[in-house]
Amino acid sequence: MTTPTIVLVGHGMVGQHFLEALAERGVTGRARVVVLCEEPRPAYDRVQLTSYFSGRTPDDLSLVEDGFMARHGIELHLDDPAEHIDRATRTVTSRSGRTITYDTLVLATGSYPFVPPVPGRDAEGCFVYRTIEDLLAIEEYAKTSRTGVVVGGGLLGLEAAGALKGLGLDTHVVEFAPRLMPVQVDDGGGAALLRTIEGMGLTVHTGVGTQEIVADGPAVTGMNLSDGSTLATDLVVFSAGVRPRDQLARDTGLAVGDRGGIVVDERCRTSDPDVYAIGECALASDGRVYGLVAPGYDMAKTVADVLADRTSGSTFTGADTSTKLKLLGVDVASFGDAHGTAEGCLDVVYSDSRSGVYRKLVVGADGALLGGVLVGDADSYGMLRPLTGSVPPVPPEQLVLPAGAGAPAALGPSALPDEAVICSCHNVTKGEICAHTTLPEVKKCTKAGTGCGSCVKVIGQLLPQAADQGLCGCFSYKRSELYEIVRTLGITSYAELLDSHGREEARGGDGCEICKPAVGSILASLGNGYILDGEQGALQDTNDHFLANLQRNGSYSVVPRIPGGEITPDKLIVIGEVARDFGLYTKITGGQRIDLFGARVDQLPAIWTRLVDAGFESGHAYGKSLRTVKSCVGQTWCRYGVQDSVRMAIDLELRYRGLRAPHKLKSAVSGCARECAEAQSKDFGVIATANGWNLYVGGNGGATPRHADLLAQDLSDAELVRLIDRFLMFYIRTADRLERTSVWLERLEGGLDHLRDVVVHDSLGLCGELEAMMARHVAGYRDEWAETLDDPDRLRRFVSFVNAPDAPDPSVKFVAERDQIKPDLTVLTLEGTLTR
Amino acid sequence: MTIQDAPAITLQIELAGTWLPVCEITRLTPGRGMAALLPDGRQAAVFLDRAGTAYAIDNRDPFTGAQVLSRGLLGSADGRAFVASPLLKQRFDLETGRCLDDAEVSVRAYPVRWA
Repeated sequence: MTTPTIVLVGHGMVGQHFLEALAERGVTGRARVVVLCEEPRPAYDRVQLTSYFSGRTPDDLSLVEDGFMARHGIELHLDDPAEHIDRATRTVTSRSGRTITYDTLVLATGSYPFVPPVPGRDAEGCFVYRTIEDLLAIEEYAKTSRTGVVVGGGLLGLEAAGALKGLGLDTHVVEFAPRLMPVQVDDGGGAALLRTIEGMGLTVHTGVGTQEIVADGPAVTGMNLSDGSTLATDLVVFSAGVRPRDQLARDTGLAVGDRGGIVVDERCRTSDPDVYAIGECALASDGRVYGLVAPGYDMAKTVADVLADRTSGSTFTGADTSTKLKLLGVDVASFGDAHGTAEGCLDVVYSDSRSGVYRKLVVGADGALLGGVLVGDADSYGMLRPLTGSVPPVPPEQLVLPAGAGAPAALGPSALPDEAVICSCHNVTKGEICAHTTLPEVKKCTKAGTGCGSCVKVIGQLLPQAADQGLCGCFSYKRSELYEIVRTLGITSYAELLDSHGREEARGGDGCEICKPAVGSILASLGNGYILDGEQGALQDTNDHFLANLQRNGSYSVVPRIPGGEITPDKLIVIGEVARDFGLYTKITGGQRIDLFGARVDQLPAIWTRLVDAGFESGHAYGKSLRTVKSCVGQTWCRYGVQDSVRMAIDLELRYRGLRAPHKLKSAVSGCARECAEAQSKDFGVIATANGWNLYVGGNGGATPRHADLLAQDLSDAELVRLIDRFLMFYIRTADRLERTSVWLERLEGGLDHLRDVVVHDSLGLCGELEAMMARHVAGYRDEWAETLDDPDRLRRFVSFVNAPDAPDPSVKFVAERDQIKPDLTVLTLEGTLTR
Repeated sequence: MTIQDAPAITLQIELAGTWLPVCEITRLTPGRGMAALLPDGRQAAVFLDRAGTAYAIDNRDPFTGAQVLSRGLLGSADGRAFVASPLLKQRFDLETGRCLDDAEVSVRAYPVRWA
C-alpha cells in the first residue's frame, strides 16, 4: 500500500494547529503531509499581530517550533499558494507550477479583509490590517504621514488605530454602527469604551459611513463621509470585517454558503468527502463562520481525529464566542448571550463613567448567568465565563460591583465546579487543571493558558500556592517574620541576620538587592539611628543612599518637607532661589510639595545647605517612609470647614516624618465631608466631623486604586493620634516587603474587623507596645539632611567620581523645554545604541 | 594590624595594558560601589564585596544609557558577586560584566589589583 498524501492549503494559526494535531496523533508518521502557504513566512500569531509595533519581531510571533517540520517530515512550501484544485484527478496546482496529488485535502485558507466598495479605495496610502507584510507597509508609509484613518471600529479596527497612534499619527476611527465594537459590546459598554479611547487622544466618528476616498494624484488625501463631512488624511486602513476565503472551493465546485464560507458537516467535511475545510474559511454545521482562533483549533482537532481514524473523535457543531482582550490598554470582554437575546432575561448593570468601567450581566428567568459584557476592568472574566449557564453562588449584583464598594469577598475560582471550562481557547476544565501543580506543567500538559492568556490568573489561583514564600534567594522568611526575629533577638546588623537566619547557601555571602533594603528598613523602623552609618549605609538603595530620588539620566530630585502643604512666602522664595541658582526644574507634586529636578550628586550638599539654613527638612520622598500629609485649607478659611485640618495635617506629618515602613506612606486630612484633601485615597486619611475626626485606612490611588475603610468615628485629637500610632506600627510589624496598606489590609486574615479588634479593642494586648515604639520613633527623630551636612565623613559620598571629586558627571546634561530644563538623553546614547 | 596602621592600599584598574590608580581602599564601603572617571572620558564602576574582593565594570547601564551602575546594590548568587542597576534592577555579574537577566546584554569588565 502506498503512503497516503495529505495536502494542507494555508499555513496560518489554524493550519499550524492542524499539523500539530496530526503529529500528536501519529498521522505524520504514516502519511506524506504537504503544506502550501501563500505568505513568505511560516505560521505566526496573528492574534498578537499588533505587538509587532511594541517591539516584537516577526520571529517572536512565529508559532512554529524550530525543527518541527523536519522532525515530522512535513513539506512546507512558502510563498507558493494553491491556485487550482482538480477534484477529478485529485490534484492541487500551486502558483509556482507544483502539482500534488492528494488523498485528503484540507483547506485552511482563512479569510481576507473586506474593503467596502467605495470609489478611490485603491489609492496609494490605503491599507488593510491582516498580515505582517501589511504592518511593514503601514509602518513604512506612516513615516511620511501625519494623519491616519481607520475604517471600522471593531476589534481589529481599534487594534489598528492603536498601532497608528503608536506610530505618531493623528488617528481617527470611522465606524458605521452607532457604537464601537458593535458585535461584542452593547451601547453602555460602547459608551465606556468611547470615553476611554477618546481620552487617549483618538478621534472617533460613529454612525457614519465612508463614501469616497479622495486622492490627489495617486496618493490619498482625505475621505468623504456619509454625513457630508470630509476628513483630511494621508493614510487609510480598512478594517471593516473579514470574509471567508473560499474562491478555490467555489472554482472547483464545492458547496459554499450564500454569504460565503465553505459548507462543512460536523466532522468538517465539505461536499466532497475527501476535502475538508477548517477555520475562518469554513461555514460550520450550525450555519456560522467563526472568526476566532479557538473554534478554528477545535475544527483542526476534529479533522485530525478523522484522519487518525479515531471513531470516537470529536465533532464540531458550534463554539463559544466569548472574548477577552486588551484594546489600547482597555480591557474588553464579552461572553455567552452578551446582548440578552434569550426570552425573559434581565440585565444587571454597573456603570462608572468617570473611570470608564462598565459591567453588564445577563441573567435568565431562573437566575442562571447567561452572558455579559465587561469594559474597562475585565478581571472577573476568568471567573464569570465558566459560570455561564449555571446559577452563581452569590447574587449577580455582587458580581458586577467593584471590590470595596459594598461587595463582600470576591467570588474565588474555588467556587467553580470541576467541569467548568477555564481555558476556552483549548477547552480545558478546572478538573483537568487541578490535576497539576505548577503553571508550566499545566501549560505543557493541557495547553491551558497558552492561547489568549486571559485565564492564566485564574489558573494561578487554582494551583497550590508555592511552599516557599521567602523574601528572596537569601532568606526563607517573610519580611514580617524577619521583623520579629530582629526585634526579639535584638539583631542590629544585616550580616549578623544573614549569617544566622539566611538560607544555608546564602550565609557568608553578599545578600541581594531585595533583602538588603528590606532589612535596612526593618533596622530603621526599630530605631537604629541614622540610616547611612556603618553597615546600614551599604543596605540602602541609591535613593536612600543619597537622600534624593534618582531620575532616568542619573541626576537626582530633591523634595523639601512642606508639612500639610502650608508654606510661608519667604520659604517659597527660598525654594525658588535655590532652584534658580542651581538651574533645577521645578514641579508641584500631587502631595502639595515642590520637587526640584536635575541635581548632580555633588550638588546635593550645597542645595541642602541652603534649604536647611532656611528651615527646611528632608521630605523623605526617597524613602519607604511617610511622604506627605496633604490637607485642605479647613475651618480657618473655608466656609464649610468644621475642624482645623491644616493644623492636624501638620501635627501628623511632624509626628510620623522619617518613619521607615515596608512601603511609602501617604496621608491627608480633610476639614469637612466634602473631602477636598482626598483622604480616602490614602494609607491613613482623616476627615473632620462636627464631633471630631473620622479615621480611614488602607486607601490607595495609583495603579490599583482602593477606597480607604472607615476604622473609627468621631475621635478626639488624642484618640486619633493614638489610633494612628497603633495602626502604623501594626502595619510595619506585619506587612510584607513593598506591601502598601491597601494590599496588606486586603490580605490580613479577618480584614478590617480583625484590624479594628487589634488596634481599637486591643484583642492581642499589643497596643501598649505599639504606642511605646511610636513614642521612641518620635523622640528619636532627627533630620537626615541636617545630620549629613554636620559630618564631613558623611559628606564624602557626595561626589560624582571617587578619583576626581571635583569633576561633574559629563553624562548629566540638560536641554531647554518650556523655559526649564529637561534631561538631554542624546548624551546617554552617544556610545551607540544599547549593546544588545 | 588595623587599617589605619596599614600602608595605603590603592585600587588599580587595567586599561589598555596600563594600570590606572583609582582610589584608596578606605574610600570604598563593602557592598557598595563608586564611579571613576577614566582618561578617555568613559566611566568605570568599582566595587568592594563583603569578603574584600574588588571589581570594576563599565558604569554605563546598557538598558537606559545612564552612568549609574556604581550606585547599584551589590549581592551574590551561587558564590558570584553581582550589582543590580539602580534604575530598572537588571543584575550584572561583576567579574564578567554579563547581564544575569538578559543573555544578550553585557557590559565591559576591567581587571583590578591592589597596589
